[in-house]
Amino acid sequence: MAGVTFEHVTKVYPGGTVAVEDLSLEVADGEFLILVGPSGCGKTTALRMVAGLEKISAGQVMVGDKVVNDVPPKDRDIAMVFQNYALYPHMSVERNLAFALRQRRMPRAEIDRRVGDVAEMLGMTELLKRRPGQLSGGQRQRVAMGRALVREPKAFLLDEPLSNLDAKLRVAMRAELGRLHNKLGITTVYVTHDQVEAMTLGDRIAVMSAGKLQQLGPPQEVYDHPANIFVAGFIGSPAMNLFKARASGGVVTAGELSLPASGVADGEVILGLRPEVLEPAGAGAQVALTMRVDVVEPLGDEVLVHGTVPGEAAESGAEEEDLGTLALVAEASRAPITVRLDPRTRPVPGDEIPLAVDALRVHLFDAISGAAMEIRAN
Amino acid sequence: MSYVPIDPGMLRGEIGMVTRPRRRWLPFSPWHLILMPIALIMLTPLWSMVATSLETLPQTRHFPPILWPGDFQWGNYPGTVRAADFGLWFWNTTVVTVSVVASNLLLCSLAGYAFARIRFLGRGVIYMVLLATLMVPLQVVLIPTFLVTKSLGLIDHLGALIVPNLANVFGIFMLTQFFRTLPLELEEAARMDGASRLGILFKIVLPLSMPALTTLAVVQFMWTWNDFLWPLVTLPFNEGAYTIQLGLMNFQGAHTVDWNYVMAGNVMSMMPMLLLFLAAQRWFIRGIATTGLKG
Repeated sequence: MAGVTFEHVTKVYPGGTVAVEDLSLEVADGEFLILVGPSGCGKTTALRMVAGLEKISAGQVMVGDKVVNDVPPKDRDIAMVFQNYALYPHMSVERNLAFALRQRRMPRAEIDRRVGDVAEMLGMTELLKRRPGQLSGGQRQRVAMGRALVREPKAFLLDEPLSNLDAKLRVAMRAELGRLHNKLGITTVYVTHDQVEAMTLGDRIAVMSAGKLQQLGPPQEVYDHPANIFVAGFIGSPAMNLFKARASGGVVTAGELSLPASGVADGEVILGLRPEVLEPAGAGAQVALTMRVDVVEPLGDEVLVHGTVPGEAAESGAEEEDLGTLALVAEASRAPITVRLDPRTRPVPGDEIPLAVDALRVHLFDAISGAAMEIRAN
Repeated sequence: MSYVPIDPGMLRGEIGMVTRPRRRWLPFSPWHLILMPIALIMLTPLWSMVATSLETLPQTRHFPPILWPGDFQWGNYPGTVRAADFGLWFWNTTVVTVSVVASNLLLCSLAGYAFARIRFLGRGVIYMVLLATLMVPLQVVLIPTFLVTKSLGLIDHLGALIVPNLANVFGIFMLTQFFRTLPLELEEAARMDGASRLGILFKIVLPLSMPALTTLAVVQFMWTWNDFLWPLVTLPFNEGAYTIQLGLMNFQGAHTVDWNYVMAGNVMSMMPMLLLFLAAQRWFIRGIATTGLKG
């Protein structure tokens, strides 16, 4: 096994599109790193550069302590699982698994042993004689994993491997992937745009946008302390509520919300509130803002309430197709907000709910650079 | 929950329609009323050939043509074989056709893969120039090709029928188009698994291209087996190198033609092609449907 290192890696496509810009990142030996970001952020290109399927325009990619920029894919000793699995449709599962080993002219007995071991580990011994076309989506995914595992590579690259599965199967396979990594401890780089996969699977996550690395850290840390407004808007589902605000004399004001924020320079800022930091203001509690309910989504274990509050919305740049701020907001003076409430609360559209805010869990971002600002507790 | 049987109409996208069985006034699709007469018209020459091959010589000269000879002259077939060197012609044609089909499958695959997948300087231009040559009729290139073949010393030799036809642009075009439809990820996966370019072509791409390869093989087989003009031009004196089509011409004497023998020869010459088509029909139709070659 070996770590994977990006050193100032840049990828420029013919035509001038910069897919990855100055990416520096170290994946430790045995680590599970998630590359996450919206479509077109360069995460798959970064992965393909490690695989050797894309040429590197500048910088270095290292596997272990060896620079692999000019090493052909087959000699990098890296296995990849493709988004659509890329199983050879004309070969049986057994031959799919054995293909890489046969290419390496491994002795027959060793091939049989490895294929048998992997098939048993992934519970697909009875599928060995079938062809990919005769398998279900989950079984194909397993075979794709098996094909990577059978090579016993130095590192695994997974390109959105669960995105073609239905929701239920995705949850099961996610857990299985986690178990597999815990068992084998192979260095893994995993590309996804799925929040939950990013949060649950990785030792660390690397958030990318527009070809650049935005933040690198353990999932909870990235969630709790987003480095900038993009990460704040991207990580977390539902996304963080963002409002245009103004800091003045140690107080931040956004619409009717007013919060103490000492140490923040006067000027325009962006205020971020995760859906779970807002809760209905009980009797006697201080009301921070009043929400007008538009849509209620009971999810069983929680209720998501979408509505508006007085104020002006801010954008993180992570919104895909402006889905977050569609026609719910008819009035310019009101900003959309999503709140995660206890399932016993069941507001109805049109209700006005007084909400309290946990001031210690508020995020502030510079309105121009988007960088997170530190708030000193009073 | 009640069980609702799935109507085939739903699978065709007719979801939401009332699933009442359609009342049929014919036991088959009305289209057959148009298609069957057309099929009959298409089959008439074929039947006429078979019928003539089983007639006596006077019957072949009867007008209007006799389409049901009544007394079948099966002896026409061994008679035809005895009357000329059919065995040799068959052998010559088989050697030429098998060589040409095999070399076309190999060379067109290599060229088609290069055009479909390998980036090289001038790829687009070369491809366009190749395609443009498809528009040049055979008559225009007949003499230049003859001169080249002659300079290679192949005139009156079976090589004259093989060498100029080792690869053809139609095959390159067809396979290029087909290879482009295969998912690139399969080849990338094979690259990561350690396969070379040729390994990818032979172990991944070609096995997945059976419909296109079969189509090319059948079409090329048909062209070569039936070719008359080029053998006529390049085999002027060597009767020992005659192909079946050239040999059949021999039956047509200067004053009389034994049509029953000529047609028996034609039926026999058609058999290999017919058998090949029947065997490869499934792949052949898929190949035409997936490469966009349907006219």
